[in-house]
Amino acid sequence: MTLSGALEVASCTDPGMVRSHNEDSIASDGDQGLVVLADGMGGYNAGEVASGMATTVIITELQQLLEKRVPYEIDAHSGKLVAHQLLHEQIAKANTSIYQASQSQPQYAGMGTTLVVALFYDNKMTVAHIGDSRLYRLRGGELRQVTKDHSLLQEQIDSGVITPQQARQSQNKNLVTRALGIDPIVEAEIHDYETQPEDIYLLCSDGLCDMVSDDDIGLALQTLSSNLKLCAQHLVQTANDNGGRDNISVILVRVLRDYPAPRSIVGKMMSWFK
Amino acid sequence: MAKLILSMDGLVLKEIALTKERTTIGRKPHNDIQIDNLAVSGEHAVIVTILQDSFLEDLGSTNGTVVNGQPIKKHFLQNSDIIELGKYKLKYVNEAVAGQAKAADFEKTMVLRPGSVKTATAAAAAPAAAAVPVAAAAGAKHFSDTVAAQSATGAPVAPPKPAAAPQKNAALQLLSGANAGKELDLTKPLTTLGKPGVQVAVITRRPQGFFITHVEGASFPVVNGKTLDAQAHSLNDHDVIELAGVKMEFFLKT
Repeated sequence: MTLSGALEVASCTDPGMVRSHNEDSIASDGDQGLVVLADGMGGYNAGEVASGMATTVIITELQQLLEKRVPYEIDAHSGKLVAHQLLHEQIAKANTSIYQASQSQPQYAGMGTTLVVALFYDNKMTVAHIGDSRLYRLRGGELRQVTKDHSLLQEQIDSGVITPQQARQSQNKNLVTRALGIDPIVEAEIHDYETQPEDIYLLCSDGLCDMVSDDDIGLALQTLSSNLKLCAQHLVQTANDNGGRDNISVILVRVLRDYPAPRSIVGKMMSWFK
Repeated sequence: MAKLILSMDGLVLKEIALTKERTTIGRKPHNDIQIDNLAVSGEHAVIVTILQDSFLEDLGSTNGTVVNGQPIKKHFLQNSDIIELGKYKLKYVNEAVAGQAKAADFEKTMVLRPGSVKTATAAAAAPAAAAVPVAAAAGAKHFSDTVAAQSATGAPVAPPKPAAAPQKNAALQLLSGANAGKELDLTKPLTTLGKPGVQVAVITRRPQGFFITHVEGASFPVVNGKTLDAQAHSLNDHDVIELAGVKMEFFLKT
Protein backbone atom coordinates (compact mmCIF):
# COMPACT_ATOMS: atom_id res chain seq x y z
CA MET A 1 0.00 0.00 0.00
CA THR A 2 1.35 3.40 -0.87
CA LEU A 3 0.23 6.90 0.01
CA SER A 4 2.36 8.49 -2.67
CA GLY A 5 1.35 12.10 -3.16
CA ALA A 6 -0.95 12.26 -0.14
CA LEU A 7 1.60 13.48 2.37
CA GLU A 8 4.44 15.97 2.24
CA VAL A 9 7.19 15.32 4.80
CA ALA A 10 10.09 17.58 5.80
CA SER A 11 12.48 17.24 8.70
CA CYS A 12 15.46 18.84 10.36
CA THR A 13 17.68 17.81 13.27
CA ASP A 14 20.44 19.79 14.96
CA PRO A 15 22.69 19.34 18.03
CA GLY A 16 21.75 22.82 19.29
CA MET A 17 24.10 25.47 20.71
CA VAL A 18 25.38 23.72 23.86
CA ARG A 19 25.59 19.98 23.30
CA SER A 20 28.56 18.55 21.45
CA HIS A 21 26.63 15.72 19.82
CA ASN A 22 23.14 14.95 18.66
CA GLU A 23 21.34 12.24 20.63
CA ASP A 24 18.12 12.69 18.67
CA SER A 25 17.28 10.45 15.77
CA ILE A 26 14.63 10.81 13.07
CA ALA A 27 13.37 8.67 10.18
CA SER A 28 10.49 8.95 7.76
CA ASP A 29 8.90 7.29 4.75
CA GLY A 30 6.25 9.50 3.20
CA ASP A 31 5.03 6.86 0.74
CA GLN A 32 4.31 4.43 3.58
CA GLY A 33 2.91 7.23 5.76
CA LEU A 34 5.43 6.55 8.49
CA VAL A 35 7.38 9.05 10.64
CA VAL A 36 9.54 8.26 13.71
CA LEU A 37 11.37 10.57 16.14
CA ALA A 38 13.44 9.54 19.18
CA ASP A 39 15.38 11.54 21.78
CA GLY A 40 18.07 9.40 23.39
CA MET A 41 19.55 9.62 26.86
CA GLY A 42 22.55 8.07 28.57
CA GLY A 43 26.24 8.79 29.03
CA TYR A 44 28.90 9.22 26.32
CA ASN A 45 27.34 8.26 22.99
CA ALA A 46 24.82 5.81 24.49
CA GLY A 47 21.93 8.23 23.89
CA GLU A 48 22.64 8.28 20.16
CA VAL A 49 22.87 4.51 20.11
CA ALA A 50 19.52 4.11 21.85
CA SER A 51 17.63 6.62 19.69
CA GLY A 52 19.29 5.28 16.53
CA MET A 53 18.31 1.71 17.38
CA ALA A 54 14.73 2.78 18.08
CA THR A 55 14.21 4.64 14.79
CA THR A 56 16.04 2.02 12.70
CA VAL A 57 14.21 -0.99 14.15
CA ILE A 58 10.81 0.66 13.91
CA ILE A 59 11.12 2.13 10.41
CA THR A 60 12.75 -0.84 8.70
CA GLU A 61 10.53 -3.47 10.32
CA LEU A 62 7.34 -1.50 9.68
CA GLN A 63 8.32 -0.78 6.07
CA GLN A 64 8.58 -4.50 5.44
CA LEU A 65 5.47 -5.43 7.41
CA LEU A 66 3.34 -2.78 5.68
CA GLU A 67 4.08 -4.48 2.33
CA LYS A 68 2.08 -7.48 3.57
CA ARG A 69 -0.22 -6.22 6.30
CA VAL A 70 -3.12 -3.79 5.96
CA PRO A 71 -3.16 -1.31 8.85
CA TYR A 72 -6.92 -0.62 8.89
CA GLU A 73 -7.94 -4.29 9.12
CA ILE A 74 -8.61 -6.18 12.32
CA ASP A 75 -6.00 -8.76 13.26
CA ALA A 76 -7.65 -12.19 13.31
CA HIS A 77 -5.65 -13.46 16.31
CA SER A 78 -5.60 -10.52 18.70
CA GLY A 79 -8.82 -8.79 17.62
CA LYS A 80 -6.89 -5.53 17.55
CA LEU A 81 -6.46 -3.08 14.70
CA VAL A 82 -3.44 -4.19 12.63
CA ALA A 83 -1.91 -0.69 12.93
CA HIS A 84 -1.96 -0.99 16.73
CA GLN A 85 -0.72 -4.55 16.64
CA LEU A 86 2.23 -3.64 14.38
CA LEU A 87 3.22 -0.60 16.41
CA HIS A 88 2.88 -2.51 19.65
CA GLU A 89 5.08 -5.38 18.42
CA GLN A 90 7.79 -3.24 16.84
CA ILE A 91 8.05 -0.92 19.82
CA ALA A 92 8.42 -3.99 22.04
CA LYS A 93 11.12 -5.27 19.68
CA ALA A 94 13.02 -1.96 19.77
CA ASN A 95 12.69 -1.90 23.55
CA THR A 96 14.14 -5.40 23.86
CA SER A 97 17.07 -4.59 21.54
CA ILE A 98 18.02 -1.45 23.48
CA TYR A 99 17.49 -3.09 26.87
CA GLN A 100 19.64 -6.11 25.95
CA ALA A 101 22.43 -3.90 24.56
CA SER A 102 22.42 -1.83 27.75
CA GLN A 103 22.51 -4.99 29.90
CA SER A 104 25.31 -6.68 27.95
CA GLN A 105 27.63 -3.73 27.24
CA PRO A 106 28.79 -1.61 30.18
CA GLN A 107 29.30 1.56 28.10
CA TYR A 108 25.59 1.46 27.23
CA ALA A 109 24.33 0.80 30.77
CA GLY A 110 21.17 2.72 31.52
CA MET A 111 20.66 4.12 28.03
CA GLY A 112 17.14 4.79 26.84
CA THR A 113 15.13 6.93 24.49
CA THR A 114 11.82 8.70 24.11
CA LEU A 115 9.76 7.87 21.05
CA VAL A 116 6.97 9.30 18.96
CA VAL A 117 5.70 7.42 15.88
CA ALA A 118 2.85 8.35 13.54
CA LEU A 119 1.42 5.96 10.97
CA PHE A 120 -0.94 7.45 8.35
CA TYR A 121 -3.53 5.29 6.54
CA ASP A 122 -7.18 5.51 5.46
CA ASN A 123 -7.61 9.26 6.29
CA LYS A 124 -6.42 8.43 9.79
CA MET A 125 -3.29 8.49 11.83
CA THR A 126 -2.22 6.22 14.66
CA VAL A 127 0.19 7.83 17.10
CA ALA A 128 2.32 5.90 19.58
CA HIS A 129 4.52 7.70 22.08
CA ILE A 130 6.72 7.15 25.10
CA GLY A 131 8.30 9.97 27.12
CA ASP A 132 8.35 13.69 26.38
CA SER A 133 8.74 13.89 22.61
CA ARG A 134 5.57 15.39 21.21
CA LEU A 135 3.16 15.49 18.32
CA TYR A 136 1.26 18.70 17.56
CA ARG A 137 -1.46 19.38 15.01
CA LEU A 138 -2.17 22.61 13.17
CA ARG A 139 -5.74 22.71 11.83
CA GLY A 140 -7.69 25.81 10.84
CA GLY A 141 -4.94 28.07 12.18
CA GLU A 142 -5.04 26.48 15.62
CA LEU A 143 -2.11 24.58 17.13
CA ARG A 144 -2.97 21.75 19.51
CA GLN A 145 -0.68 19.40 21.39
CA VAL A 146 -1.90 15.89 20.59
CA THR A 147 0.34 13.75 22.81
CA LYS A 148 0.59 14.13 26.56
CA ASP A 149 4.13 13.86 27.95
CA HIS A 150 5.11 11.00 30.22
CA SER A 151 7.02 13.32 32.54
CA LEU A 152 7.16 14.38 36.15
CA LEU A 153 5.92 17.86 35.20
CA GLN A 154 2.90 16.50 33.33
CA GLU A 155 2.03 14.33 36.35
CA GLN A 156 2.35 17.37 38.59
CA ILE A 157 0.09 19.36 36.27
CA ASP A 158 -2.45 16.51 36.23
CA SER A 159 -2.51 16.24 40.01
CA GLY A 160 -2.86 20.02 40.37
CA VAL A 161 0.48 20.63 42.10
CA ILE A 162 1.51 23.20 39.49
CA THR A 163 -0.12 25.00 36.58
CA PRO A 164 1.07 24.66 32.96
CA GLN A 165 2.38 28.26 33.20
CA GLN A 166 4.43 27.41 36.30
CA ALA A 167 5.70 24.26 34.59
CA ARG A 168 7.65 26.42 32.13
CA GLN A 169 9.60 27.85 35.11
CA SER A 170 10.26 24.50 36.71
CA GLN A 171 13.76 23.18 37.38
CA ASN A 172 12.45 19.63 37.07
CA LYS A 173 12.45 19.62 33.27
CA ASN A 174 13.59 16.56 31.37
CA LEU A 175 12.50 14.01 33.92
CA VAL A 176 10.57 11.44 31.96
CA THR A 177 8.50 8.76 33.66
CA ARG A 178 8.54 6.35 30.72
CA ALA A 179 11.30 5.54 28.24
CA LEU A 180 12.19 2.91 25.69
CA GLY A 181 14.97 0.49 26.64
CA ILE A 182 15.10 1.14 30.39
CA ASP A 183 13.01 -1.80 31.55
CA PRO A 184 12.36 -5.25 30.00
CA ILE A 185 8.79 -4.22 29.14
CA VAL A 186 7.41 -0.82 28.16
CA GLU A 187 3.88 0.30 27.42
CA ALA A 188 3.51 2.84 24.60
CA GLU A 189 0.49 5.12 24.58
CA ILE A 190 -1.37 4.49 21.29
CA HIS A 191 -4.29 6.52 19.95
CA ASP A 192 -6.08 7.06 16.61
CA TYR A 193 -7.00 10.42 15.09
CA GLU A 194 -8.90 11.48 11.97
CA THR A 195 -6.87 13.60 9.57
CA GLN A 196 -8.04 16.25 7.11
CA PRO A 197 -6.42 17.71 4.00
CA GLU A 198 -4.36 20.82 4.91
CA ASP A 199 -3.62 19.52 8.42
CA ILE A 200 0.01 19.94 9.44
CA TYR A 201 1.51 17.58 12.00
CA LEU A 202 4.66 18.38 13.92
CA LEU A 203 6.73 15.76 15.71
CA CYS A 204 9.46 17.26 17.89
CA SER A 205 11.92 16.57 20.68
CA ASP A 206 11.82 18.64 23.89
CA GLY A 207 14.71 20.71 22.51
CA LEU A 208 12.09 22.51 20.41
CA CYS A 209 9.14 22.90 22.78
CA ASP A 210 11.33 23.86 25.78
CA MET A 211 12.94 26.69 23.80
CA VAL A 212 10.12 27.95 21.55
CA SER A 213 6.65 28.94 22.77
CA ASP A 214 3.58 27.23 21.34
CA ASP A 215 2.51 30.61 19.90
CA ASP A 216 5.73 30.96 17.92
CA ILE A 217 5.53 27.34 16.75
CA GLY A 218 1.94 27.92 15.58
CA LEU A 219 2.91 31.14 13.78
CA ALA A 220 5.77 29.40 11.96
CA LEU A 221 3.58 26.46 10.85
CA GLN A 222 0.92 28.83 9.60
CA THR A 223 3.12 31.33 7.76
CA LEU A 224 5.55 28.86 6.25
CA SER A 225 3.13 26.02 5.44
CA SER A 226 3.79 26.42 1.70
CA ASN A 227 7.49 25.60 2.20
CA LEU A 228 7.70 22.78 4.73
CA LYS A 229 11.48 22.36 4.52
CA LEU A 230 12.01 26.05 5.28
CA CYS A 231 9.49 25.79 8.10
CA ALA A 232 11.41 22.91 9.73
CA GLN A 233 14.68 24.82 9.41
CA HIS A 234 13.07 27.96 10.80
CA LEU A 235 11.80 26.10 13.90
CA VAL A 236 15.27 24.70 14.60
CA GLN A 237 16.82 28.12 14.03
CA THR A 238 14.36 29.77 16.44
CA ALA A 239 15.21 27.20 19.14
CA ASN A 240 18.91 27.94 18.58
CA ASP A 241 18.33 31.71 18.64
CA ASN A 242 16.65 31.25 22.03
CA GLY A 243 19.66 29.38 23.43
CA GLY A 244 19.46 25.91 21.84
CA ARG A 245 20.29 24.16 25.10
CA ASP A 246 19.29 20.69 23.91
CA ASN A 247 19.30 18.77 20.65
CA ILE A 248 16.46 19.91 18.41
CA SER A 249 14.54 17.65 16.03
CA VAL A 250 11.50 18.41 13.94
CA ILE A 251 9.44 16.33 11.50
CA LEU A 252 6.60 18.06 9.65
CA VAL A 253 3.85 16.19 7.80
CA ARG A 254 1.33 18.02 5.65
CA VAL A 255 -1.78 16.22 4.43
CA LEU A 256 -2.13 17.17 0.75
CA ARG A 257 -5.27 15.20 -0.10
CA ASP A 258 -7.64 12.53 1.19
CA TYR A 259 -6.17 9.04 1.23
CA PRO A 260 -9.06 6.63 1.87
CA ALA A 261 -8.19 2.95 1.98
CA PRO A 262 -8.91 0.99 -1.21
CA ARG A 263 -11.74 -1.26 -0.03
CA SER A 264 -12.69 -4.57 -1.58
CA ILE A 265 -14.42 -4.77 -4.97
CA VAL A 266 -17.70 -5.66 -3.28
CA GLY A 267 -17.42 -2.68 -0.98
CA LYS A 268 -16.81 -0.37 -3.94
CA MET A 269 -19.83 -1.81 -5.78
CA MET A 270 -21.96 -1.25 -2.70
CA SER A 271 -20.91 2.37 -2.45
CA TRP A 272 -21.82 2.97 -6.13
CA PHE A 273 -25.39 1.85 -5.50
CA LYS A 274 -25.88 4.00 -2.44
CA MET B 1 20.22 22.05 46.32
CA ALA B 2 18.01 25.01 47.20
CA LYS B 3 18.42 26.89 50.47
CA LEU B 4 16.88 29.69 52.51
CA ILE B 5 18.78 32.60 54.04
CA LEU B 6 17.10 33.93 57.18
CA SER B 7 17.72 37.59 57.97
CA MET B 8 16.30 40.44 60.03
CA ASP B 9 16.97 44.15 59.37
CA GLY B 10 19.53 43.15 56.72
CA LEU B 11 21.47 40.99 59.18
CA VAL B 12 21.93 37.36 58.09
CA LEU B 13 20.97 35.03 60.93
CA LYS B 14 21.39 31.62 59.32
CA GLU B 15 21.19 29.48 56.21
CA ILE B 16 18.87 26.52 55.93
CA ALA B 17 19.31 23.89 53.20
CA LEU B 18 16.04 22.54 51.82
CA THR B 19 17.05 18.90 52.11
CA LYS B 20 13.77 17.62 53.48
CA GLU B 21 10.66 17.06 51.47
CA ARG B 22 8.72 19.18 53.98
CA THR B 23 10.37 22.07 55.79
CA THR B 24 8.06 23.69 58.33
CA ILE B 25 8.30 27.30 59.49
CA GLY B 26 6.72 28.61 62.70
CA ARG B 27 7.08 29.96 66.24
CA LYS B 28 6.81 26.62 68.04
CA PRO B 29 10.05 24.70 68.69
CA HIS B 30 9.12 21.58 66.69
CA ASN B 31 9.34 23.52 63.40
CA ASP B 32 12.34 22.98 61.11
CA ILE B 33 12.79 26.72 60.97
CA GLN B 34 11.78 28.19 64.31
CA ILE B 35 11.24 31.95 64.43
CA ASP B 36 10.52 32.98 67.99
CA ASN B 37 8.50 36.10 67.30
CA LEU B 38 4.89 36.85 68.21
CA ALA B 39 4.10 37.99 64.66
CA VAL B 40 4.79 34.42 63.51
CA SER B 41 2.12 31.76 64.05
CA GLY B 42 2.87 28.49 65.84
CA GLU B 43 2.66 26.60 62.55
CA HIS B 44 3.04 29.38 60.04
CA ALA B 45 4.04 27.91 56.67
CA VAL B 46 5.56 24.88 54.99
CA ILE B 47 7.91 24.45 52.03
CA VAL B 48 7.39 21.29 49.99
CA THR B 49 10.43 20.37 47.90
CA ILE B 50 10.15 18.01 44.94
CA LEU B 51 13.59 17.38 43.44
CA GLN B 52 14.65 20.83 42.19
CA ASP B 53 11.34 22.65 42.73
CA SER B 54 10.06 24.12 46.00
CA PHE B 55 6.55 25.25 46.85
CA LEU B 56 5.68 27.54 49.76
CA GLU B 57 2.30 27.17 51.42
CA ASP B 58 0.79 29.30 54.17
CA LEU B 59 -0.77 27.12 56.87
CA GLY B 60 -3.56 29.55 57.71
CA SER B 61 -1.29 31.82 59.75
CA THR B 62 -2.70 34.81 61.62
CA ASN B 63 -0.56 37.43 59.90
CA GLY B 64 -0.14 35.68 56.55
CA THR B 65 2.90 34.98 54.38
CA VAL B 66 4.21 37.55 51.94
CA VAL B 67 6.44 36.77 48.92
CA ASN B 68 8.06 39.69 47.08
CA GLY B 69 5.50 42.05 48.63
CA GLN B 70 2.46 39.93 47.67
CA PRO B 71 0.44 37.94 50.22
CA ILE B 72 0.22 34.29 49.09
CA LYS B 73 -1.57 31.06 50.01
CA LYS B 74 0.52 28.80 47.82
CA HIS B 75 3.54 29.86 45.79
CA PHE B 76 5.99 28.18 43.43
CA LEU B 77 9.35 29.54 44.68
CA GLN B 78 11.73 31.05 42.12
CA ASN B 79 15.42 31.83 42.69
CA SER B 80 15.93 34.94 44.92
CA ASP B 81 12.28 35.20 46.01
CA ILE B 82 11.97 37.06 49.36
CA ILE B 83 9.58 35.52 51.89
CA GLU B 84 8.49 37.92 54.65
CA LEU B 85 7.22 36.74 58.03
CA GLY B 86 6.72 39.73 60.30
CA LYS B 87 10.10 41.46 60.59
CA TYR B 88 11.98 38.41 59.32
CA LYS B 89 13.01 37.77 55.75
CA LEU B 90 13.81 34.44 54.10
CA LYS B 91 15.60 34.58 50.76
CA TYR B 92 15.13 31.54 48.52
CA VAL B 93 18.30 30.59 46.64
CA ASN B 94 18.22 27.76 44.10
CA GLU B 95 21.78 26.82 43.25
CA ALA B 96 20.72 24.67 40.32
CA VAL B 97 20.04 28.01 38.65
CA ALA B 98 23.09 29.77 40.04
CA GLY B 99 25.67 27.03 39.29
CA GLN B 100 25.81 26.75 35.52
CA ALA B 101 27.76 23.53 35.12
CA LYS B 102 25.45 21.75 37.53
CA ALA B 103 22.39 23.03 35.73
CA ALA B 104 23.72 21.82 32.39
CA ASP B 105 24.09 18.39 33.93
CA PHE B 106 20.55 18.49 35.20
CA GLU B 107 19.20 19.34 31.80
CA LYS B 108 20.05 15.90 30.56
CA THR B 109 16.87 13.95 30.16
CA MET B 110 16.61 11.28 32.83
CA VAL B 111 14.12 8.60 33.67
CA LEU B 112 12.16 8.53 36.87
CA ARG B 113 11.00 5.07 37.89
CA PRO B 114 7.21 4.90 38.14
CA GLY B 115 7.31 4.01 41.85
CA SER B 116 9.36 7.01 42.90
CA VAL B 117 7.30 9.41 40.82
CA LYS B 118 4.07 8.31 42.39
CA THR B 119 5.59 9.03 45.77
CA ALA B 120 6.82 12.44 44.73
CA THR B 121 3.55 13.57 43.20
CA ALA B 122 1.36 11.97 45.81
CA ALA B 123 3.44 13.50 48.58
CA ALA B 124 3.03 16.92 47.06
CA ALA B 125 -0.69 16.51 46.50
CA ALA B 126 -1.24 15.20 50.04
CA PRO B 127 1.40 16.94 52.16
CA ALA B 128 0.68 14.61 55.08
CA ALA B 129 2.47 11.69 53.41
CA ALA B 130 5.96 11.49 54.83
CA ALA B 131 7.54 9.31 52.14
CA VAL B 132 10.84 10.56 50.76
CA PRO B 133 10.95 10.45 46.95
CA VAL B 134 14.00 8.78 45.49
CA ALA B 135 14.81 9.70 41.93
CA ALA B 136 16.31 6.64 40.37
CA ALA B 137 18.11 8.38 37.56
CA ALA B 138 19.14 6.21 34.69
CA GLY B 139 22.32 6.92 32.78
CA ALA B 140 24.01 9.10 35.36
CA LYS B 141 27.33 9.22 33.49
CA HIS B 142 27.20 12.73 32.15
CA PHE B 143 30.76 13.79 32.83
CA SER B 144 31.87 14.10 29.23
CA ASP B 145 28.78 16.07 28.31
CA THR B 146 29.06 18.37 31.27
CA VAL B 147 32.65 19.23 30.41
CA ALA B 148 31.66 19.79 26.81
CA ALA B 149 28.81 22.03 27.88
CA GLN B 150 31.10 24.06 30.10
CA SER B 151 33.76 24.65 27.49
CA ALA B 152 31.53 25.00 24.43
CA THR B 153 29.82 28.28 25.19
CA GLY B 154 28.95 30.26 28.25
CA ALA B 155 25.35 29.89 27.16
CA PRO B 156 22.91 31.17 29.76
CA VAL B 157 21.30 28.35 31.69
CA ALA B 158 18.47 30.41 33.15
CA PRO B 159 14.93 29.33 32.22
CA PRO B 160 14.29 30.10 28.54
CA LYS B 161 13.21 33.63 27.84
CA PRO B 162 10.26 34.06 25.53
CA ALA B 163 11.60 34.45 21.98
CA ALA B 164 14.66 36.66 22.07
CA ALA B 165 14.12 39.72 19.91
CA PRO B 166 16.65 42.06 18.33
CA GLN B 167 17.19 45.40 20.02
CA LYS B 168 16.06 47.48 17.06
CA ASN B 169 12.65 47.75 15.49
CA ALA B 170 12.23 47.81 11.76
CA ALA B 171 9.57 48.49 9.15
CA LEU B 172 8.91 48.27 5.43
CA GLN B 173 7.70 51.18 3.35
CA LEU B 174 5.99 50.35 0.07
CA LEU B 175 7.51 52.34 -2.82
CA SER B 176 5.24 51.20 -5.66
CA GLY B 177 1.89 49.56 -6.29
CA ALA B 178 -1.59 50.47 -5.08
CA ASN B 179 -0.49 50.96 -1.47
CA ALA B 180 2.63 53.04 -2.20
CA GLY B 181 3.72 55.09 0.81
CA LYS B 182 2.23 52.68 3.36
CA GLU B 183 4.36 51.44 6.20
CA LEU B 184 4.40 47.94 7.67
CA ASP B 185 5.98 47.42 11.09
CA LEU B 186 7.99 44.20 11.42
CA THR B 187 7.00 43.35 14.98
CA LYS B 188 6.25 39.64 14.61
CA PRO B 189 8.96 36.96 14.56
CA LEU B 190 7.75 36.14 11.03
CA THR B 191 6.16 38.46 8.47
CA THR B 192 5.17 37.13 5.04
CA LEU B 193 5.16 39.30 1.93
CA GLY B 194 3.80 38.75 -1.56
CA LYS B 195 0.93 36.85 -3.12
CA PRO B 196 0.24 33.24 -2.04
CA GLY B 197 0.53 30.91 -5.04
CA VAL B 198 2.55 33.48 -7.01
CA GLN B 199 5.51 34.64 -4.97
CA VAL B 200 5.94 34.70 -1.21
CA ALA B 201 8.93 35.67 0.93
CA VAL B 202 9.22 35.88 4.68
CA ILE B 203 11.08 38.34 6.89
CA THR B 204 12.31 36.73 10.11
CA ARG B 205 13.11 38.83 13.15
CA ARG B 206 16.08 37.27 14.95
CA PRO B 207 18.48 38.38 17.71
CA GLN B 208 21.12 38.98 15.01
CA GLY B 209 18.80 41.20 12.96
CA PHE B 210 16.30 40.82 10.15
CA PHE B 211 16.51 38.27 7.35
CA ILE B 212 14.53 37.75 4.15
CA THR B 213 13.98 34.23 2.78
CA HIS B 214 12.19 32.95 -0.32
CA VAL B 215 9.15 30.78 0.56
CA GLU B 216 7.29 29.93 -2.65
CA GLY B 217 6.92 30.83 -6.31
CA ALA B 218 9.10 30.47 -9.37
CA SER B 219 10.84 33.83 -8.99
CA PHE B 220 13.01 34.85 -6.06
CA PRO B 221 12.99 38.19 -4.26
CA VAL B 222 15.35 40.92 -5.47
CA VAL B 223 17.29 43.03 -2.95
CA ASN B 224 19.10 46.17 -4.20
CA GLY B 225 18.85 44.89 -7.77
CA LYS B 226 20.36 41.46 -6.98
CA THR B 227 18.24 38.31 -7.17
CA LEU B 228 18.49 36.15 -4.05
CA ASP B 229 18.92 32.38 -3.91
CA ALA B 230 17.14 30.00 -1.53
CA GLN B 231 19.34 31.09 1.41
CA ALA B 232 18.27 33.60 4.03
CA HIS B 233 19.61 37.09 3.29
CA SER B 234 20.49 39.58 6.02
CA LEU B 235 18.72 42.93 5.58
CA ASN B 236 20.48 46.27 6.08
CA ASP B 237 18.99 49.69 6.68
CA HIS B 238 17.50 51.19 3.46
CA ASP B 239 17.70 47.97 1.44
CA VAL B 240 15.19 47.98 -1.42
CA ILE B 241 13.24 44.75 -1.88
CA GLU B 242 11.34 43.81 -5.06
CA LEU B 243 8.75 41.10 -4.73
CA ALA B 244 5.76 40.12 -6.90
CA GLY B 245 6.16 43.38 -8.85
CA VAL B 246 6.14 45.60 -5.74
CA LYS B 247 9.11 47.63 -4.52
CA MET B 248 9.59 48.31 -0.82
CA GLU B 249 12.26 49.78 1.40
CA PHE B 250 13.47 48.15 4.60
CA PHE B 251 14.53 50.54 7.34
CA LEU B 252 15.49 50.34 11.00
CA LYS B 253 13.57 52.40 13.51
CA THR B 254 15.20 54.16 16.40
